[in-house]
Amino acid sequence: MSFEPKIVGFLCNWCSYSGADLAGVSRIKSAPNVRIIRTMCSGRVDPAFILKSFQLGADGVVVMGCHLGDCHYQEGNYKTLRRIPFLKRLIREFGIDPRRLRLEWVSASEGDRFAEVVNEMTEEIRKIGPFIHSATKIKK
Amino acid sequence: MVNVKIDGKEVQVPQDTSILKAAEKAGIWIPTMCHNNLIEPYGVCRLCSVEVVRGKRSRVVTACNYPVREGIVVNTNSEKIKWIRKIIMELMLSRWPNVKVVKDIAQQLGIETPRFESLEKDEASDACILCGMCVNVCRDLVGASILGFVNRGIKREVVLPFNEQSDKCIVCGACAQVCPTGHIKMVIEDYKGKKPEFTLGPKTAIYVPSMQAVPRVPVIDTQSCIHFQTGGCETCAKVCEPLAINYKMEDEIVEVDVGQILVVTGYGIFDATQMAQYGYGRYDNVYSSLEFEMLVNSTGPTGGKVVMKNGEEPRAVGIIHCIGSRDTNYHPYCSRVCCMYALKFAHLVHDRTDAAIYQFYIDMRAFGKGYEEFYSRLLDEGITMIRGKAAEIVEAPRLNGSDGNLLIRCEDTLIGKFREIPVDMVILCNAMEPQRDSDTVRRLFSISKSPDGFFLERHPKLDPTATTTEGVFIAGCAQGPKDIPDTVAQASAAAARILSLICKGEVEIDPVRAMVQDDYCSGCRICNNLCPYGAIDFIVDKKLSHVNEALCKGCGTCVAACPSSAMTGHGFTDAQILAELEGLIS
Repeated sequence: MSFEPKIVGFLCNWCSYSGADLAGVSRIKSAPNVRIIRTMCSGRVDPAFILKSFQLGADGVVVMGCHLGDCHYQEGNYKTLRRIPFLKRLIREFGIDPRRLRLEWVSASEGDRFAEVVNEMTEEIRKIGPFIHSATKIKK
Repeated sequence: MVNVKIDGKEVQVPQDTSILKAAEKAGIWIPTMCHNNLIEPYGVCRLCSVEVVRGKRSRVVTACNYPVREGIVVNTNSEKIKWIRKIIMELMLSRWPNVKVVKDIAQQLGIETPRFESLEKDEASDACILCGMCVNVCRDLVGASILGFVNRGIKREVVLPFNEQSDKCIVCGACAQVCPTGHIKMVIEDYKGKKPEFTLGPKTAIYVPSMQAVPRVPVIDTQSCIHFQTGGCETCAKVCEPLAINYKMEDEIVEVDVGQILVVTGYGIFDATQMAQYGYGRYDNVYSSLEFEMLVNSTGPTGGKVVMKNGEEPRAVGIIHCIGSRDTNYHPYCSRVCCMYALKFAHLVHDRTDAAIYQFYIDMRAFGKGYEEFYSRLLDEGITMIRGKAAEIVEAPRLNGSDGNLLIRCEDTLIGKFREIPVDMVILCNAMEPQRDSDTVRRLFSISKSPDGFFLERHPKLDPTATTTEGVFIAGCAQGPKDIPDTVAQASAAAARILSLICKGEVEIDPVRAMVQDDYCSGCRICNNLCPYGAIDFIVDKKLSHVNEALCKGCGTCVAACPSSAMTGHGFTDAQILAELEGLIS
């Protein structure tokens, strides 16, 4: 049986979640591997959630928010933009391939882009292979 | 008031009125060549010479600048005056034999051929007759003073300073307006960046924007108004009896407190110059839909007549659908209204001219109530429908038997042949686009846009007038292309939504809010600066942060940042999200 990656997607309510909804309404096919958690803003995504996802066995995490300047909460996505690249550097030290974490901007009108991001991410994780815990568990 | 006797007629006029004005009041014609009510009398043509008798003395004066006095007697038609006028006109006619105003007045005075032979004979029909009206209007009325006379006698002429184009010229056209012979012409060319963009637009600097304008009052275009460039003119203020013209009025910003906003900013029109194959902007008789709409409007520049730029009636008209819409290179969406207005245009052209009408369409979309019936009616009127988008428009010389000087090349997909159809006039059905500044407006209200760039509604079926921002509603073409009935329906729905909230008197807000658990808060103040709404205060006494729930919008940025997990977001607490995560992955 081929490897089906488990990917956790944190999607902001106003842009990316609506975009995912649009992808569904428009009947755009996308990989079923991304499991979505809705947050009000991508700025709500606590880096601890991402680490916890990996700890629980996720093979990848994707955070999606509004395009810069389009945030429903004015500047929440700028906070995300500062946090995620920093976290990418951090997870490398934990032995996690930084390619397993992604930050993408998807607006409410970009159903096709949502599908594209999901498919791309799934393909990439499939190539990298499953994420295997190191001996030491990651503590929150 | 003084009493004057002109040719035996008694008239009463205010003191210092010119004889010319008094004669006008008495209904007596005095020929003039250099007189215009807009400017001060100049008295250079001498044609208005009259004989003034005062007591026993009689003298010849110019009527235009001679002020009347009590008891004077004026003779405008005596033998002496006739003789003077005849000599003046003979001299003028000998120098400018083909100028219309000179010929007309000479004819009125019964002069056929002058007795003189001029050394400076100018055969041109638009020769300068040195009346000086342009010089005077430029100095007195416009205030630019760039035109002037040089030389004397037969070498006298009107020139610009140093005979060069002057930067001081404001290109107002007043000189060309007053020129009686047409010697001064306004040439439409790109001069000082002043190229008329929309040649069907208003011809004056003060105009009523449209007959349907609310309020229906004239506006002044400060870009082209003479007064705003030189401080002169003020002709409109002089003729306005209620003194309604105010040059000092300025735009002002008014701040209004409102609870709800309806965004109905409308649409923009696709710029057809992007599609070079149709020659819009290059060929004279290729119109955009809005330009043609203006042309056929009975209050438009031609009074509703369908004519070409040269004033002739077109013999064949082509209407091309889907310019910029249903086109993957520009806009993939359908603009919805074009099919029907194209049919309306065809009907109007058919009604007002004998032109043959060709419609080039991809698909006819007669979707609304009564629309299909209108389409059938048009087919009965004898309009040629060609299924296939025109490929290009080329200029073709008028051949014997051909219908025009534009050639539409297209593929008629119903007969499977390439065709070339000669027409005189082409109307392009431009796509509807989002307004150019729609992104700025959108960010102002933090609402989203759909892939086509129009504003996004909260839900396409269940909530088509609301947006994701509470209290902001959208309607009409700002939300997507639609026709008038649909716009009215959507706008009414939005108005009803707004009224229902006003009637209720209170609004429900989302319960998603952040809250500080005081026991855990260490007072580090990290969250204070993160909040874009300034909803988090720091209580100095207690050394705790506090969320103002009325200001908080519930984004959760502060929750994610709190190092001691004292900040929680209702509905999205850490525990809830982690539980969700565990459920998802296991």
